[in-house]
Amino acid sequence: MDLRDTAEEAAFRGELRSWIEENLPEELQGHRGGGARFDGPEMRAWSRALHEAGYAGLTWPTEYGGSGASYTHQAIFLEEMARAEAPPHIGVIGLGMAGPTIMAHGSEEQKARYLEPILSAEEIWCQGFSEPGAGSDLAGVRTSARQENGHFVVDGQKVWSSFAHLASFCILLTRSNPQSTRHAGLTYLIVDMNTPGVDVRPLTQITGESEFNEIFFDGVEVPVENLLGEIGGGWQVAMTTLLHERGTLGFALQAALEVQVRKLAALARDRGADPLQRDRIARDWIEAQALRFTNYRALSKLVKTGMPGPEGSISKLVWSEANQRVTKLALELLGPDAALADENAPYGGYWQHQQLRSRGNTIEAGTSEVLRNIVAERVLGLPKSR
Amino acid sequence: MDFTFTPEQDALREEARAFLAANADPSWKKLAELGWTGVSIAEEDGGAGLTFVEEAVLHEELGRALYRGPFFSTMAAALPALPDDLKAEVAAGETSWTLAFGPLVPDLDTADRIAIVGGDGIYELDGAEREILSTTDETRPVGVVRGGEPGRRLADSWVLEEIRNRTLAALAIEACGVARRALEYAIEHAQTREQFGRPIGVYQAVSHPLADAYTRLELARSLSYWAAWCVSENDDQAPIAAAAAKAFAAEAAVQVCETAIQVHGGIGFTWEHVLHRLYKRALWIESFAASSSTLRAEVAASLLDATGSGSGVSQTPVPLTQGG
Repeated sequence: MDLRDTAEEAAFRGELRSWIEENLPEELQGHRGGGARFDGPEMRAWSRALHEAGYAGLTWPTEYGGSGASYTHQAIFLEEMARAEAPPHIGVIGLGMAGPTIMAHGSEEQKARYLEPILSAEEIWCQGFSEPGAGSDLAGVRTSARQENGHFVVDGQKVWSSFAHLASFCILLTRSNPQSTRHAGLTYLIVDMNTPGVDVRPLTQITGESEFNEIFFDGVEVPVENLLGEIGGGWQVAMTTLLHERGTLGFALQAALEVQVRKLAALARDRGADPLQRDRIARDWIEAQALRFTNYRALSKLVKTGMPGPEGSISKLVWSEANQRVTKLALELLGPDAALADENAPYGGYWQHQQLRSRGNTIEAGTSEVLRNIVAERVLGLPKSR
Repeated sequence: MDFTFTPEQDALREEARAFLAANADPSWKKLAELGWTGVSIAEEDGGAGLTFVEEAVLHEELGRALYRGPFFSTMAAALPALPDDLKAEVAAGETSWTLAFGPLVPDLDTADRIAIVGGDGIYELDGAEREILSTTDETRPVGVVRGGEPGRRLADSWVLEEIRNRTLAALAIEACGVARRALEYAIEHAQTREQFGRPIGVYQAVSHPLADAYTRLELARSLSYWAAWCVSENDDQAPIAAAAAKAFAAEAAVQVCETAIQVHGGIGFTWEHVLHRLYKRALWIESFAASSSTLRAEVAASLLDATGSGSGVSQTPVPLTQGG
């Protein structure tokens, strides 16, 4: 047990910190949550700069253009990015989900075609998993892929797709066997978003912004070579994607929470806090530390054994509820000013926006209810509720 | 960065757990034979020369087993005040100690000798009368001392900060051991107890509170091990880490025990089941030294008040980029 960075880790952190300082454009620092719709040329340029410095796809193997770095480096990278309030590489779906899935299940041709442009941010990816009738219960997917004349014909609707309005490609979970139910008969496809019949419509969310989209597929032809994995084997491929979604995410979340708690403390110093509010600020600070050291425990286990420890499964659950508490407490500290929005509000409406956005935290990327089921069943060994 | 226990530390935990399962009420001499009373004492003073992290492993397992004896009061509280010759006696199992730093003195029924905080230092208290008080947690008696004379001067009062950090960290870790045992009982019960034809763990009204209990416990362990490491390294963050860990872990242990009692239904409310003993230890820990809300007030002061208030928080504030 040694909670200090090793000399090598400290060197990596130091280099990274100065690199961010020198390269992060001021207008991109701390831009408000709705990053998914943030598509200025600055964002692509920032992503490209990350790639050129070797920070995109840190843990990707070098043969696919990554840096082949350890999970510890990835964790340090996510921490430092969050602390500097730097936006992530725009290709988050490609880097964290599509890319690793293609590495695990893709053909050599697919790896050669798709991986490099993800790193360089030339091609952005989106995810087509959830449907209006298949949310937490993903096995209820109904979007169909019918085989016809050497290609698939896709019909259906997907929802909650971040980046779909910018994406070149979509990782799409379909039902290829109309007689099948549940986990069988699913097929995983790569869909070119410029194919005729693909229609992307933004969803306006509680904040008034549009981060997510609906995607409609109407007779969309997808070549057979865009199949990922086996026909009917889509569930297994999808599980690889979701495993990566929850991978080292905890570090980005925890570091963002720590920034949020520090801003909360700054707000309290600025506007005052009564003893009960001070107690809650201390509580939130303590919990942010607890999350940080829980992530360190999980990471150390992952590095040592190659298997993530059970502690990791609670990261997102704890973060999401903490972020909701912190942002709501900030509104309380603002008093009547909490009712103001945008430029009329203190700090440009930062807290109002953050608080509303935080309601999505316990829903996106696995609802808290699903995550509690996972802890109960896979970690505690309780009988399955379904 | 490595936040795992070494294979030797894991082995120590296993050994401790097995020993305490087989020996319900071990004597001080017996703990000395195992090397526990000298675990964090230097080798030249007859100890094992290990760190507070190893001692923490023992605090956790002793808490889990609801050990009754002067380990906490000797090792966590009194030890930093003891000169080398007295440390050697502790390591050899010849004496145990307690420290009177408040009106209620822990382990007063079993500790051989008493140290007392007075004026500018810590002294041995000679010839005092001891009165053992009845306590809710029968496994952790406290008492009051009356009369007596200050005897040998043991240490300057600057060791009080180390004592505070060790004590809070040890209590936090002990709370984790208590909570872990309570959660194990609750999980086992939810897996095996059947109602409406199914094991009750199938119902989310049961399984989700257990998932939350597990979550609280893991967060508590992370903070407690952080505090233990800071204490063992004499790190700058030790004061705030110990306060944060004790504030969180004590409350978590109380909550986990309450969930465990609820999940057990009627049997969890009986004297016969061990759960109430775990619960009472958790409540004892919460109340001893400093309550969670008192410790959070300290944390809040270090975060929010003018610097130089003895804060252990070493982070520089991050400016608000949105204008505040």
